[in-house]
Amino acid sequence: MANKTIRLEILRYDPEKDSAPHFQSYEAPYHEEWVVLDAINHIKDQIDGTLTYRWSCRMGVCGSCGMMINGTPKLSCSAFLRDYYPNPVRVEPLANFPILRDLVVQLDDFMHKLVSIQPWIVRKDGEKPVQEGEYLQTPAQHAKYKDFSMCINCMLCYAACPAYGLEPEFLGPAAIALAQRYNLDSRDEGRDSRQEVVSAHDGIWKCTFVGECSVVCPKHVDPAGAIQQAKLASTIDWYKSLLWPWGSK
Amino acid sequence: MQIHEYDVVIVGGGGAGLRAAIQLGEAYPKLRVAVVSKVYPMRSHTVAAEGGAAAVIKSNDSLDHHAYDTVSGSDWLGDQDVIEAFVNEAPAEMIRMDHWGCPWSREPDGHVAVRPFGGMTIERTWFAADKSGFHMLHTLFQTALKFQATVWHNEWFATKLLVDAGRCQGITAIELLTGQLHTVLAKAVILCTGGAGRLYPFTTNGAIKTADGMALAYRAGVALKDMEFVQYHPTGLPGSGILITEGARGEGGILTNKDGYRYLQDYGLGPADPWPRLRAMELGPRDRLSQAFMQEDAKGKTIPGPFGTVVHLDLRHLGEAKINKKLPFVRELSKNYAGIDPVYEPIPVRPVLHYCMGGIDTDIHGATTVPGLFAAGECACVSLNGANRLGSNSLTELLVFGRRVADAAAQFALEHPKLAKDKLGAQANDEQERIAAQFIRKSGGPSGKTERVATLRTEMNLIMEEATGIYRDGPTLEASLPKIAALKERYRNIALDDRTLSFNTELISAIELGFMLEVAEAGLHSAFRRQESRGSHQRTDFPKRDDQNFLRHSMAYRTGDAPRMDYKDVVITRWPPKERVYGK
Amino acid sequence: MKPYIRQMPAGWWLKRPSYLLFMLRELSSVFVGGYVVLFLMMIRRLAQGPAEYEAFMAALRSPLAILFHVVALAFALLHTITWFNLTPKAMAVWRGEERLPPAMMIVPNYVGWVVVSGVIAWVVLGG
Repeated sequence: MANKTIRLEILRYDPEKDSAPHFQSYEAPYHEEWVVLDAINHIKDQIDGTLTYRWSCRMGVCGSCGMMINGTPKLSCSAFLRDYYPNPVRVEPLANFPILRDLVVQLDDFMHKLVSIQPWIVRKDGEKPVQEGEYLQTPAQHAKYKDFSMCINCMLCYAACPAYGLEPEFLGPAAIALAQRYNLDSRDEGRDSRQEVVSAHDGIWKCTFVGECSVVCPKHVDPAGAIQQAKLASTIDWYKSLLWPWGSK
Repeated sequence: MQIHEYDVVIVGGGGAGLRAAIQLGEAYPKLRVAVVSKVYPMRSHTVAAEGGAAAVIKSNDSLDHHAYDTVSGSDWLGDQDVIEAFVNEAPAEMIRMDHWGCPWSREPDGHVAVRPFGGMTIERTWFAADKSGFHMLHTLFQTALKFQATVWHNEWFATKLLVDAGRCQGITAIELLTGQLHTVLAKAVILCTGGAGRLYPFTTNGAIKTADGMALAYRAGVALKDMEFVQYHPTGLPGSGILITEGARGEGGILTNKDGYRYLQDYGLGPADPWPRLRAMELGPRDRLSQAFMQEDAKGKTIPGPFGTVVHLDLRHLGEAKINKKLPFVRELSKNYAGIDPVYEPIPVRPVLHYCMGGIDTDIHGATTVPGLFAAGECACVSLNGANRLGSNSLTELLVFGRRVADAAAQFALEHPKLAKDKLGAQANDEQERIAAQFIRKSGGPSGKTERVATLRTEMNLIMEEATGIYRDGPTLEASLPKIAALKERYRNIALDDRTLSFNTELISAIELGFMLEVAEAGLHSAFRRQESRGSHQRTDFPKRDDQNFLRHSMAYRTGDAPRMDYKDVVITRWPPKERVYGK
Repeated sequence: MKPYIRQMPAGWWLKRPSYLLFMLRELSSVFVGGYVVLFLMMIRRLAQGPAEYEAFMAALRSPLAILFHVVALAFALLHTITWFNLTPKAMAVWRGEERLPPAMMIVPNYVGWVVVSGVIAWVVLGG
């Protein structure tokens, strides 16, 4: 019985030895149910222990294993070999991020941007005492921010966004979607304090609505929608402040 | 070597670690706190939990009910003082999660909703659709970011606890990016490193669940408690082991064998109807359900499949609308990884290794027997869960004990301000030399033999599955003991392909394997010595529960050789041992 | 030890069909703008008197002018259709727990377009 194999062409980069990344080819076993991550794990375990990448949950919820697979940002745990077989699969680290080693990219930029949008519930008068119980939130109120709360921080959207690729100061899809997630949460009162960062020049206004972020998002967060909604809300705010400058914020 | 100094260091950035970080930030703002995590915190395995977190909130419920359910669920091995404190503090913790933005699913009037869960008499499982762990983890991480003073050492891998004069005063950790070892001194160290699912070949657990903190504490002289008690979750997808939440059964899902028959009624969990019914049938405790599967399997009543036998988890009668609303992730996982849509077809499932009830021995505050060393979450055994954990208690456990351990550690740090810096520095240098000599410079063992990490890991997995499956027996357990010792010997021959310093994940996996081999040995010895059946430890040669001899916790202590076993009495307060009854 | 930064290739927008469509959509604004300029020029010529107006209309019949109009019409259609299809993204309208389906916001745009075009055609063609 012939054992089927599939070729993986993986971009390698050793910062201690290489001046630039280069492709390396491997033959991995092919199984009907395997995902690209399974093949990569096999290569590291049995063939080349130097192959370096991030992974953990293998079920599409931890966000660790984002990679470019045949030029498209995907979670390698959710990209099935059978969709590529018998053609070779090209695996590269996520686009638009500096490569640290092999398939591992630098995430510092996103971590800073995440903190900058204040991703926590802001209450003007502090947190309600526990004895008073939970904040009431109807299913309809929850629905408004539900999709935006599904972000697993996998960064596929940043890899797909040409605006971020050309101008890395752009706040980016996931950070803005998370800002919207809190802005639209009925328990939050922090929209004004987030405005400065969200409506800044490097915030929502750097988005030219290519829309690819929402296409690649594995969790259907629709960051493009979040950004356009934020643009509309910000514009309305601006007009309001113009026409009713005395209005309370 | 770079030396860092803090008041409290938390190792592990999952639910428990983050809850501890928040408590320290809120209640002890003057303390210098650092979180050391081998992954970015949002990758922690808390993220994969689905079903929900239990706490008494509705008027038809009571703390005593929750406590009793937990006591009986644990087959009376849970410490009842711990359980009472837990059920008492749970509701406040869950309300705090709401205040911090956790998107709990709601009733039409806006109050949080609760769903039925296995082994619980009354509905009390709060849930965020079927991604409760994901939402809780992200809520905790993002809330923890509020505290600007907290230092985050992300992708730093702890290799050793620094102990001087019997007191834990810090850790050494490899910074993955540079491969440099750092000395992180602290007046108190909290381990929140999670469980050990990767000891087994077929598990719901992600790559990072490699028993790190358990091994660190074990090597520092702390006992590993109740290591023989591992939970097989009844419904994992065949092949991948991906978790299908108990919430699917909470919403009314049923389990059928190859004849379409709800077989659980033959195993003391019936009658089958009315359904859904709490604490009965598919809402029985996890150990009973997994055991029923094995027995159906032995009778040839399970369904053969390409990845072993399965039974069917049937959700079709729930309807598409309910599945999309309450179990959307289950639908997505089934379609992606099992190739079926649960709206139209039953999901193939089988028991899969999921959780460690056992872990680092701590007291009710999370303190270990080594002063300055604390632990909470799945890596700890406090013991809340005893011989079997009820679903949805562990997410709440992270919050209750994450907070408790922060208070205990903060108190200790305030009372013990001095650190033996010179002695600790010397230890750290030794550790750096050890790692370099054992892994980076070496090309194999003393006789030139080489071993790959994956080879030993796979063999360890097979030993654990065979000897500590759902049903165990003396001879198989006894035979496993020299096998695991032999693997530990072969571990000395590990030869890495990767000698680079920067981002050397092969080095990390080699050190993790070392952790797992020691913890595996503790588990096998504990299982061999416990000559009774209780909860998730079922011995075919000792099929009955033996309260006379074994109403005690197993304590495994590290020696140069096989672990030294000891026993500690279970704390019984208000619920004397009884027969464990479900169904009816 | 240094991170490696990959530059975005100059032809990045040729790598995916969606990027190409995006660039064409952006380019369409140029043609829409160009047509508006022509239109303003026509108004000005009209104000200057029949001779200038007739000269302008004769120039519009040249092959180059016709080509421009055909291309501009194609881009204007692209611009309008993509704009209409994207409007629901910016406006989240909720009815209880469900969002209004995108069609409910897109279709009125098309209806309005047809109606307004019809009215203008009726006026221009001397209805």
